[in-house]
Amino acid sequence: MTDLEKRSDRSPVPADWTYAPAPESTDIVRLQERYGLYVGGEWLDTKEHFATIAPRDESPLAEVAQASGADVQNAVAAAREAFGSWSKLPGSERAKYLFRIARILAERSREFAVLESLNGGKPIKESRDVDLPLAAAHFFYYAGWADKLEYAFPNRSPKPLGVAGQIIPWNFPLLMLAWKIAPALAAGNTVVLKPAETTPLTALLFCDVVRQAELPPGVVNIVTGDGSTGAALVESEVDKIAFTGSTDVGKAIQRRLAGSGKKVTLELGGKAANIVFDDCALDQAVEGIVNGIYFNQGHVCCAGSRLFVQESIYEPVVEKLKKRMTTLRVGDPLDKNTDVGAINSRMQLEKIEELVAAGKEEGAEIYQPPCRLPEKGYWFAPTVFTNVAQSYRIAQEEIFGPVLSVLTFRTPDEAVEKANNTPYGLSAGVWTEKGSRILWMAERLRAGVVWANTFNRFDPTSPFGGYKESGFGREGGLHGMEPYLDFE
Amino acid sequence: MAQAPVLPRGFELPLKQRLPRIGAIDQVAVEGRAADLAKRSIKKDAKVWALELAIRCCDLTTLEGQDTPGKVAALCSKAIRPDPSDPNVPSVAAICVYPNLIPTAKERLAGSAVKVASVATAFPSGQSPLDVKIRDVEDAVAMGADEIDMVIDRGAFLSGRYAKVFDEIVKVKEACGGAHLKVILEVSELGTYDNVRRASLLAMAAGGDFIKTSTGKLPGAATLPVQLVMLEAIRDVHEETGRKVGMKPAGGIRTAKNAIQYLVQVHETLGPDWLTPDLYRLGASSLVNDILMQLRKEKTGAYQSKDYFTND
Repeated sequence: MTDLEKRSDRSPVPADWTYAPAPESTDIVRLQERYGLYVGGEWLDTKEHFATIAPRDESPLAEVAQASGADVQNAVAAAREAFGSWSKLPGSERAKYLFRIARILAERSREFAVLESLNGGKPIKESRDVDLPLAAAHFFYYAGWADKLEYAFPNRSPKPLGVAGQIIPWNFPLLMLAWKIAPALAAGNTVVLKPAETTPLTALLFCDVVRQAELPPGVVNIVTGDGSTGAALVESEVDKIAFTGSTDVGKAIQRRLAGSGKKVTLELGGKAANIVFDDCALDQAVEGIVNGIYFNQGHVCCAGSRLFVQESIYEPVVEKLKKRMTTLRVGDPLDKNTDVGAINSRMQLEKIEELVAAGKEEGAEIYQPPCRLPEKGYWFAPTVFTNVAQSYRIAQEEIFGPVLSVLTFRTPDEAVEKANNTPYGLSAGVWTEKGSRILWMAERLRAGVVWANTFNRFDPTSPFGGYKESGFGREGGLHGMEPYLDFE
Repeated sequence: MAQAPVLPRGFELPLKQRLPRIGAIDQVAVEGRAADLAKRSIKKDAKVWALELAIRCCDLTTLEGQDTPGKVAALCSKAIRPDPSDPNVPSVAAICVYPNLIPTAKERLAGSAVKVASVATAFPSGQSPLDVKIRDVEDAVAMGADEIDMVIDRGAFLSGRYAKVFDEIVKVKEACGGAHLKVILEVSELGTYDNVRRASLLAMAAGGDFIKTSTGKLPGAATLPVQLVMLEAIRDVHEETGRKVGMKPAGGIRTAKNAIQYLVQVHETLGPDWLTPDLYRLGASSLVNDILMQLRKEKTGAYQSKDYFTND
């Protein structure tokens, strides 16, 4: 070693590695102060407005229109008028518009992703890597069917229904819009869509995509507002209602539409069982449990909120899960390193808090990893309940938040029995290295989707929908075209 | 009287509820998790810290038929002071050479904290009789190697003769004496993540101080999912026995960005305890210059031409 080399001086080594903030810039999003309704290709103003906020800090983002019953009727009339020429376009022409929308969404994906996280509270990594790519993929996928309907449904003469009224939830605002609008338009329908009260902004930005794609006026109409706007849409002269949201509202819609001749599809709540067998790939199963319940703060209708662990590996699974939870990064949705973002609204936060309090009272053991939650905004730490009985409210009711209930089973039969013992039936997960057991379980689980060794995976080609009180009708895949078509 | 067969240390039958001793790896899921972690955005101070850590954990390596004392001497100077213009840049952890070049390295590194690691055990194939491998290790230790990087017998492993692999590691560990033992699994020859996990547990049970991915002699050496599988095996051993085994990915890590992705994985899988050269090494030959370039960019705000960094 030379003298010069000996003189080298070292900076002290800090003890811990704290990631510096890595916020995605919001500059790309240009919001108007006030938004109207998008009807017949025009912006219409309304009398009443309400503020929409950012759940991360409760700061107001914009004023949006509160559509009245008359406004909704107006929008339905515009859609009806557009239906004539839109439905008569050759499928290949409709496809061109849908392909164009898909491409524009992909091109503007960063702008949409930032706005989705801003208005909805979900981590930017999810809106960037999941919501936006999937939304564009849905338009691409259904564009492909538009000119092949005769082949898709041979000898059944598929015809569009007319005007579809679509009501979507706040958990995946743009993605749910894509799930609804893409198949409806591909089939030749026109739509009136009502985004959720708390997350209208990406739907309103989507109107700019519609304009850019030069879609004929009235084919897509967006009306914003609260529950009364949705109710007005259900009452209006539409030919079909497609609703995604809570089971209670779904039931009310079904009651309302009984005997009306309007078609209806409902995609409602869930209380999915995520079933872990002792021969699973353990570390990956733990990842899957985390992804199953903490993805999008648990605001997922198909979230794996009931974890069933085979008793022979109960302790290692729970230990590994708790350890993994300590590495979840809860915080600013716009930070690229955030894993769990903000709760969507105060109302939802209160509902989660109420059910978690009930869980504690009923005797379940609660664990939350140490994490510092921001002072402003709506936040809830990732939570796991152990020592949960099948009869507890937290094991029965949909919490729609980052709260997991852990239960155990001994045999595959018992796992099936407990998993099916719920009014819901939207999704389920099975973790085992044994292929035959996956098939055996999938045959017996009463759930629309059964994931094997994965969870919360979506693809436009795959039908999605529920059993029992999780709804009926399928979205995605060829199955997702059917509810938007009439057959002779 | 019948007796239960004696199981190797660490492979005893479980008495209490615990995970399956070997267990399985789901390929799709482990690759998904590795891809997710690779998206962490490490900026500013956190980036500088990570880059300096990457240098401190680096095993600067040259393993060529054309290696000479001159080449190794140059590498040793680089190891002690990677960036002569910036005394704040730390030394690397070790340099890694063939046994014949140990004396040169020892001499050049005398007085510094940089260790000398040597490959041994009929590197890179390991296809020689055991006594030759042991002799190889003994010679390297006698010549002054602080650390021995051995290869496992993949031929034995893939034909299911795990006991042979295990016994060899045990004997090599004995031959190492006070020298630290890194066990190279050569993952690209193992074929599956299940095998990577199995070999990792085997190497740790047999007494390896570190497990290492690759010789660097084959394409497709270290990858992020492979490291994740090995880190999870290390975590399981630590949770069950309290023993801390080190990790060394090697081969194919050429950019600072990639090195940070490896460090993030360690941080979020094993925790900050492993972020030290005592328990983590990066085997690389061309990585250091890219890190130096990034460090200077972080400190001055501008990228400099490659011509400002020495090729050693």
